[in-house]
Amino acid sequence: MSEILLTAKNLTKRFGGLAAVDKVSLELVRDTIHAVIGPNGAGKSTLTNLLSGDLPVTSGRIQIGAQDVTGWRPEQIARQGLGRSYQKTNIFLPFSVWDNVFLAAQARDPQQPWNPLRWMRRAANSAGARRRCSAAIELAGLQDRRDAIAATISHGEQRQLEVAMTLATEPQVLLLDEPLAGMGVAEAERMVALLLRIKKDHAMLLVEHDMDAVFTLADALTVMVNGQVIATGTPAQIRADANVQAAYLGEEH
Amino acid sequence: MDFPTFLIQLLNSVQYGLLLFMLAAGLTLIFGIMGVVNLAHGSFYMLGAYLAYAISGQFGSLTVAIIGGTALAVLFGLALEWLLFRHFYQRDHLDQVLLTFGLIYIFEELRSLAWGDDVHSVKIPELLRLSIPLTENLSYPVYRLFIAGLCIALAIGLYLLINKTRLGMKIRAGAFNRDMAEALGVNIKLIHALVFALGVGLAAFAGIIAAPISSVYPNMGSQVLIMCFVVVVIGGIGSVRGALISALLVGLVDTFGKVLLPQMAGMLVYMLMAAVLLWKPEGLFKQ
Amino acid sequence: MSATKSHLEVFPAGVKLVLWLGLLALLAFPFVGTEFYTQMVTRMMIMAIFAMSLDLLQGVTGLVSLGHAAYFGLAGYALAFLTPQSEAVSLWWTLPLSVLAAGAAALVIGFFVVRTHGIYFIMVTMAFAQMVYYVFFDNRALGGSDGLYIYFKPTAQVGSLTLFALDDKVTMYYFTLAMVLLVYLFLRRLLWSPFGRALAGIRVNEHRMRAMGFATFGYKLSAFTLAGALAGLAGYLWGVQTEYINPDLMGFHTSAHAIMMVILGGMGNFAGAIVGAFTFEYLLHVFKDLPYVGEVHLGKHWQLWMGSFIVLVVLFAPRGVLGVVQALTTRGARQQKDGDV
Repeated sequence: MSEILLTAKNLTKRFGGLAAVDKVSLELVRDTIHAVIGPNGAGKSTLTNLLSGDLPVTSGRIQIGAQDVTGWRPEQIARQGLGRSYQKTNIFLPFSVWDNVFLAAQARDPQQPWNPLRWMRRAANSAGARRRCSAAIELAGLQDRRDAIAATISHGEQRQLEVAMTLATEPQVLLLDEPLAGMGVAEAERMVALLLRIKKDHAMLLVEHDMDAVFTLADALTVMVNGQVIATGTPAQIRADANVQAAYLGEEH
Repeated sequence: MDFPTFLIQLLNSVQYGLLLFMLAAGLTLIFGIMGVVNLAHGSFYMLGAYLAYAISGQFGSLTVAIIGGTALAVLFGLALEWLLFRHFYQRDHLDQVLLTFGLIYIFEELRSLAWGDDVHSVKIPELLRLSIPLTENLSYPVYRLFIAGLCIALAIGLYLLINKTRLGMKIRAGAFNRDMAEALGVNIKLIHALVFALGVGLAAFAGIIAAPISSVYPNMGSQVLIMCFVVVVIGGIGSVRGALISALLVGLVDTFGKVLLPQMAGMLVYMLMAAVLLWKPEGLFKQ
Repeated sequence: MSATKSHLEVFPAGVKLVLWLGLLALLAFPFVGTEFYTQMVTRMMIMAIFAMSLDLLQGVTGLVSLGHAAYFGLAGYALAFLTPQSEAVSLWWTLPLSVLAAGAAALVIGFFVVRTHGIYFIMVTMAFAQMVYYVFFDNRALGGSDGLYIYFKPTAQVGSLTLFALDDKVTMYYFTLAMVLLVYLFLRRLLWSPFGRALAGIRVNEHRMRAMGFATFGYKLSAFTLAGALAGLAGYLWGVQTEYINPDLMGFHTSAHAIMMVILGGMGNFAGAIVGAFTFEYLLHVFKDLPYVGEVHLGKHWQLWMGSFIVLVVLFAPRGVLGVVQALTTRGARQQKDGDV
């Protein structure tokens, strides 16, 4: 049951002389939420971009399951079973909620863009994509907004859509970058409930500033400051850690 | 190839490359700083050539044409920016492509109405009609060296402007982070207008000084526009240094290509571009 | 780069009605029009195919190509090379071969060009197209600046039976109309296929598409190649119609005209491309045919009118006729929505 789905070993990312991420290692385990916290500029976003393949690593290795994916392109890493959501909402604004999630669900079908048979079928006919899409929309609680255009729904609903799209590709590993960003109290509670629902069968990396949510959700915590890991452990251990208290936990976000 | 021939081709390459640089520098600055694609950039080159014809014809002096023509072109650039271009910095590239394509048509017609459709020539000034002898049979025209010299002077001026003056610093700041620069008190609108006018001025200047060796004819802007685009693509958008190196490279490949591989001459520069794109899809010196 | 522009993909009833009426008009036209106008409408239909092919690239996928005319011209040249001076060739193999040649060229050029983005893409498509232009312009063996003649129109024979003769203007008209319909139906179907949906997604947010696992390079290259092949179909028909091919057909002016056509009618649904092609070609005809006013021949200065028209459209109606309609109707809807917030 404690299967390790993603391993990062000594990840380093240098921009010129500056190490934005400095020898960071972590493991993501199935059915757990691993939160990464730290002050602004700690390197959390850079770490997420390294894991998703959006940025090339300077040194270190990333493994999804047994497969080494260091240096792979983002789409290759996604097909290996990684999904990510973004801090800044990154959806298809002109499309409906259903079409947004359906595109993600469709990604799981065999691709072959050069195959003329794939040009003549109707996209909506893919039973597999429809199933994944419905499931993701239900999980995210957006059933009543299926036909709404993404640009017209509320901010909180757009964040839910972000998560739905991430789920629709049925990834094993989820990278969630500040899913609660910009949310009011009620919306944040709904999102926390959603994240707890999807914890089952996934390994999740959560980057968040909302400390209440973090301590509710996290099974494990990594604290980063200036690109380096200063502490890793259970929430209780982290709360008690003197270094962490000094460097970070006093701060409000 | 014997040495004197090689030297001639080398000098031709450098002179052609430097002229291309005049055009490409303006284009890459306008792309890099304002994000505007301008298909009518070649029209400014043509404008310069026709101004050279008109002014030197009227006043009998190329010097007057160079100074007067460039000044007129800069004013024209300021007016054009104020009237049209500044409204397009935030627009889609598609809209910019269409707008500037429409402008090409309009400029061609205005040119036709103003100066007709004939081919014209511009005389090289007396002083510069000499040639420097290289061997018994070969000599090199002084005027071409003059062109190269002027371009080098302007290139140095451009370098000093961008890197050593307050204005240049403001230009670089605006390119790097527009909002921050504005917050720090930089008048972005003015900077954009000046950069645009500079680009127009450089293109027209190139047209003026090249007129005596390339003649003045309708549609002369299109050919040079394409080369200009290739130079900017190879050099990297926004990089003036990249434009210089790329322009010289293109000058070399094109000139020596025509001599060594005449059947493939037209294609060589594009093959160079294709090779660069395979290695660096954003150009050699992309900012 | 993320776009928030929505394209009209599903036609409301009013638009559908107009399209059906348009089809009826096209079917009936040769019976009411003169031979001259039948030929003119045939040319407009050929441009409509060209515009639809560009719409796939530009309207659906969001790739602005300034070099699309290269594939249009290449197919025309293919027909010219395949047609000997002494006799006609068969339509059945020259058409597919020419279309394939155009598609192959698009595949090769696309391989280099599709890896670039934004302004770069626009510039390199233009550069490669100009390269193709100069290859033909500079080489006498390929016809040079004078171009090539196609001495006989292709035949449509099965055994010794001639199914139809493209020499006849009316036959050519209906053959072209059939091609327009085929291409339109094909592209509409493609729009709703997984491939088409992915292309639309790439237009709106390519970054997210990659993050979801789509290999967007392959999609864009396929779209580029298919668009090139369809442009080739238009070019082949142009060669059949006019019996003359020259490098100007491949120049960036022709490419820019196609961009204009696609925008004029409304992008991303292929019907707009047809409307835009007809409108643009008709306008060109009108401008070139302007009469004398006093001593000034207005028609001679058609570039001024066309250039001004293009500038005005960009300034005031950048999303074409359809965009104006959409803007008027969305303003009403947006006022409603603000009330809800």
